Amino acid sequence: MTPAALIALNRFGLGADLGAGLGAGPSSQSAEAARDPRGWLRRQLAHQPTPAAFAGLPAGGVSVPQLAAKDKTAAAVAKEAEKMLREEARALYAREMTARLAMQIAGPAPLLERLIAFWSNHFTVSIQRPALIGMVGAFEREAIRPHVTGRFVDLMLAAESHPAMLFYLDNYQSIGPNSPAGRRSKRGLNENLAREILELHSLGVDGGYGQDDVRALACILTGWSIARGDDPSPGQFMFRPQTQEPGGQTLLGATYDGAGKRRAESALAALARHPRTIKRLCAKLAAHFSQDDPPPTLVARLAQVWTQTDGDMSAVYAALIDSPEAWEPTPRKMKSPHDFAISVWRLLGDDSPAKSRLESLALLGQTSFAAPSPAGWPDREADWLGPEALVQRIEWTHHMAEKVAPRVDPAQLLDAAFGESAPIALKQAVSRAPSAADAVTLILVSPFFMRR
Amino acid sequence: MVARRQFLAGGAALLALGGTQAWAAPSAETRDPRLIVVILRGAMDGLAAVAPYGDPDYVEQRGRLAHKEPGQEGGLLDLGGKFGLHPGMAALHPLYAQGRLLLVHAVASPYRGRSHFDAQMVLENGLNAPRSSGDGWMNRTLAAVPARDPVRGGRRPADYHIGLSIGQATPLAMRGAIPISTWAPAASPAVSGDLMDRIAALYGADPALLTSLTQGIQAHAMAASVLGQDPAMRAGGARRSFQPQSFKALAVATGKLLAAPEGPRVAVMEMGGWDTHSGQGVLDGRLAPALTGLSNGLAALPEAMGEAWGNTVAIAMTEFGRTVAVNGTGGTDHGSASCALLVGGAVNGGRVLTDWPGLSPDRLVDRRDLRPTIDLRSLVKGVLRDHLKIADRSLDASIFPDSGAAKPLGGLIRA
Repeated sequence: MTPAALIALNRFGLGADLGAGLGAGPSSQSAEAARDPRGWLRRQLAHQPTPAAFAGLPAGGVSVPQLAAKDKTAAAVAKEAEKMLREEARALYAREMTARLAMQIAGPAPLLERLIAFWSNHFTVSIQRPALIGMVGAFEREAIRPHVTGRFVDLMLAAESHPAMLFYLDNYQSIGPNSPAGRRSKRGLNENLAREILELHSLGVDGGYGQDDVRALACILTGWSIARGDDPSPGQFMFRPQTQEPGGQTLLGATYDGAGKRRAESALAALARHPRTIKRLCAKLAAHFSQDDPPPTLVARLAQVWTQTDGDMSAVYAALIDSPEAWEPTPRKMKSPHDFAISVWRLLGDDSPAKSRLESLALLGQTSFAAPSPAGWPDREADWLGPEALVQRIEWTHHMAEKVAPRVDPAQLLDAAFGESAPIALKQAVSRAPSAADAVTLILVSPFFMRR
Repeated sequence: MVARRQFLAGGAALLALGGTQAWAAPSAETRDPRLIVVILRGAMDGLAAVAPYGDPDYVEQRGRLAHKEPGQEGGLLDLGGKFGLHPGMAALHPLYAQGRLLLVHAVASPYRGRSHFDAQMVLENGLNAPRSSGDGWMNRTLAAVPARDPVRGGRRPADYHIGLSIGQATPLAMRGAIPISTWAPAASPAVSGDLMDRIAALYGADPALLTSLTQGIQAHAMAASVLGQDPAMRAGGARRSFQPQSFKALAVATGKLLAAPEGPRVAVMEMGGWDTHSGQGVLDGRLAPALTGLSNGLAALPEAMGEAWGNTVAIAMTEFGRTVAVNGTGGTDHGSASCALLVGGAVNGGRVLTDWPGLSPDRLVDRRDLRPTIDLRSLVKGVLRDHLKIADRSLDASIFPDSGAAKPLGGLIRA
């Protein structure tokens, strides 16, 4: 395997996979990456990001507003209904995550899965709010996947208007103080979504906005809510005119007036196209695929393409693939626990049931869609390689290695992972290891496998 | 190369490997303070944990969440005539009579909104607002702890970590420039020292990995020498460490680690299960198991810590309280003030410390929440000043910036 093939597989993808089995030669993905590394990556961008495996999963997932409506019935019935819905939501989460893991481990386009996970994390919704457990899978399927290779403005609008986001950041119950509903009730504006859009999703914390802009955007976003059980299409996005703050609102010097859902769409589109947003997100994307502190030339090139193409994400990804900085030979970027586990399972041809895979992700510290805050999972080495986390990663890997050791020849595994590019130090360590389980562990926790 | 076997031999080997001289023998009289901070995530209902049954408006305002008075069947555990401890916290109650439990009521951080995220951020960053520089008040406290080792004399060794974070991820409160130890119950079987040596050899050209591995092995060896091979610590506990039923085992481990002569001295723990929007219950329901878990864990500290218990203060605090009135789903919603619990052999307790604001509707925040009358920072500052001997200027400048108005509370620590 050439160094470029390794970079295509690991830095841009989710690692080498086992293919037909150990000793059966490189998998089809490894072979394609070796033949034409950049071409293999570019072709993945044309794949269907919402594959057939997701057919049949329910629109919007199972959402809490549905619970709220059923709560209006007699208390005993409500309690029973709530319990059933909670179980349904948990089961749906398992189904959604199983389908997602299958795409990451065995799907045809690992780069696309990386990009999907990147944007799902950028627009974080988290089951740290337990009510979201039935909605996070739908969020990625409905807001992220369809737009991952499209225009950023569409991706951002889909993410901010999805019921999971409106629930996670409380906008569904935000009420304009001077709206008809606001004048009748004591409840009022909730700035949560507006603040996180400015701080986390677009401009960034030093993005040149003030508290007045936060409040203005919160007013602009009033009316964006979720349909309840007694509305049509419960659990879906619903615009509620009676809660929309009337009058023009000034955000970053521009005035947004008019009524209806469009007002917020215009404001969000302006934020999506703001130069600070573009620069910040290009830096984040470059850091994710190259190193924690990416080369400024790389960030500038991505931003230039982004601006020229009005945020055509396929063009931005293609520019990333074509950038020499992204092919710098030394692997510097540490795999997150999630990507580490996926790459282990790919290389080992692991066939664990999904339930045990989800447990593994949990004990490695990265349960899917469970980021600790709206900022999402961190993406810097220091956040993942604390002493405790590293020891636990090693212990988990050894546990996995012991399971596969009876059927694995470590030398063949080393070949599947690195081909002729296997580092000499690792070859020696593997050949001197006292057991197959130890040899497999050494391959997987070596810097050459943990970094990409 | 890192040799785990040497670490496993015990604390002395651990220190020798760090290249530092062994400390002098401890002297019996010196105080060597330990601090445990328990962050109760999700907003604990302070009116259920420490119920003000003597308030004339209590029964009417709390409705069906009101507890029976002490002495009645299923009634509160008395705290001196006006307040009562939740009946599920029986394990902790004897410490009150011993003067080692102090309840502080109507306490709140400077945050006045109702978002968990923001409130927890303020609870941990020690600032006046949710957005932060990325470090927490506990880590800034570590920087201000007197450098002199209080027992052995002399400066602490350079590779000694006074701070300890329990769980895989370090809470914001403990994050920052000062390196700390971390510990979580193992989720997978341990790896042999031989394999760790081989891995360390592979990391020779990767300093970041090698440093992290060395520290991890050191912390595990420390934990193993103190905790032994307790099977309860090796049961996939890491992912459940947030839950009430896991808290006691984690508290015992934390207590033992802090009690060890060469162990850390300032620990942070977390516990969830407090966001009781529905089905909160009185004797059963969602809240009682959380309170019982907290109580059982704190009550296990004296035995776990042995003599070090006399030098210990544990503070349990939450991001805000909950509404006084019950909501439409048998629960309570986000409120303002809650209570904090101080437990420990060094605590001047056996009382409820409060400037009680009252429960009549006109005394409540927005006619719904218990009114904050004590700044949580005053409470913490009192502990840091009188227990950890932190200088006033550090309290007001670096640990809790712009908090001059929140004066440290005196008298929290036994003289």
